[in-house]
Amino acid sequence: MSRVMILGSALEAVADTPDGATVLIGGFGAAGQPVALIEALLASDARDLTVVSNNAGNGDHGLAALIRDRRVRKIVCSFPRQSDSWHFDAAWRAGEIELELVPQGNLAERIRAAGAGIGAFFTPTGFGTALAEGKETRVIDGKGYVLEYPLRADVALIAAHRADELGNLVYRKTARNFGPIMAAAAARTVAQVDEIVPVGALDPEHVVTPCLYVDRVVRVERSPALSGGSP
Amino acid sequence: MSTLTGIGKDALARVVAADIPPGSFVNLGIGLPTKISNYLAPGSGVLLHTENGLLGMGPEAHGDDVDPDLVNAGKVPVTELPGASYFHHADSFAMMRGGHLDICVLGAYQVSAVGDLANWHTGQTADIPAVGGAMDLALGARQTFVMMTLLTREGRPKLVRTCTYPLTGLACVSRVYTDLGVFLISPDGVAVRDLFGVEFAELAGLLDLPLLDRTRA
Repeated sequence: MSRVMILGSALEAVADTPDGATVLIGGFGAAGQPVALIEALLASDARDLTVVSNNAGNGDHGLAALIRDRRVRKIVCSFPRQSDSWHFDAAWRAGEIELELVPQGNLAERIRAAGAGIGAFFTPTGFGTALAEGKETRVIDGKGYVLEYPLRADVALIAAHRADELGNLVYRKTARNFGPIMAAAAARTVAQVDEIVPVGALDPEHVVTPCLYVDRVVRVERSPALSGGSP
Repeated sequence: MSTLTGIGKDALARVVAADIPPGSFVNLGIGLPTKISNYLAPGSGVLLHTENGLLGMGPEAHGDDVDPDLVNAGKVPVTELPGASYFHHADSFAMMRGGHLDICVLGAYQVSAVGDLANWHTGQTADIPAVGGAMDLALGARQTFVMMTLLTREGRPKLVRTCTYPLTGLACVSRVYTDLGVFLISPDGVAVRDLFGVEFAELAGLLDLPLLDRTRA
């Protein structure tokens, strides 16, 4: 049991991330990417990280900067190559980052499975393709499936819209993406939020991530251009 | 190479849109299939799903409607329609994998005569691989349609006996919409349903696979 810690800075929230940690990083492109927490991780000493995230960084900030500085030993993701993924591209071409490519739905389900205590699962996605090579397969009711294992982590860094003082979270629109499943799959979950409200201010029917999944919360001011208006 | 012109991308998008039954739950892949949304009849009740967690997606957002928290699978800002719902990534892919979507329309490098799909990787070792949701989408709807040009720029057919590009999914495509014709793939084989500016024999001559003539009068 642990109660959520409301922290004053992103740096404080991630500074004790150990070298070699496996880190889940939320977001789908920029939507839901916990930029302040990633920047804080960059400012910490942590290196030799394994990062699990849908993409491998965009532009020069956040995850892209972590990769640029060679702090990421391995990335597990579905879609590394993008028009602005130059830091990943360079690291990969130099052989300085390991890539485990996972179909997006399998990535999500492996993270979900970790949080739900599932030992492994058979999924049809990828059966008969290069991404299933070397994996256990089984035919069930005439259909081919591939055995996939959970993706557990030491730390999850996610972005949510609003937290209450217990750490219950609500999200905004498609920025929810990997947040709820990552929150459940890590030993320590850190959420950056736009706003922290008193206990009781969130309608319990609307809570998406219950507080028992959340260990640390940091309020981060989004620039007006990124605030996206009212929820 | 070929002097065949067929129909344009928008005309083809209109053909696909006309085949989507009212009230369907549909996922449109990135690229060419996105155009289909422009031709869905108002009031058709078709609800668009995007795998990053939205059912009831509206048109692309512009100006003040742009919200960085609201994007589609191509990370383009979009809008939400009344009746929309949001969900996390695992739920979104469970909707697909679980067979709850009616139709998915994807682009392709190649489709085989038995409906194998290749659309995620060129197979060139120098290319950084990226799969995204392609493999999940290929299997993720009751029906998977492909929308593509029938021939490559070099004039080679993309509807083939066996795919030479790395596979995305096995036997998952049931219909192929191209600029020169619409093809139905079933255990009987590959049948031509529509021809666009080309005779059946001429089309058959372009492809290295047996074709059934099911063209509509």
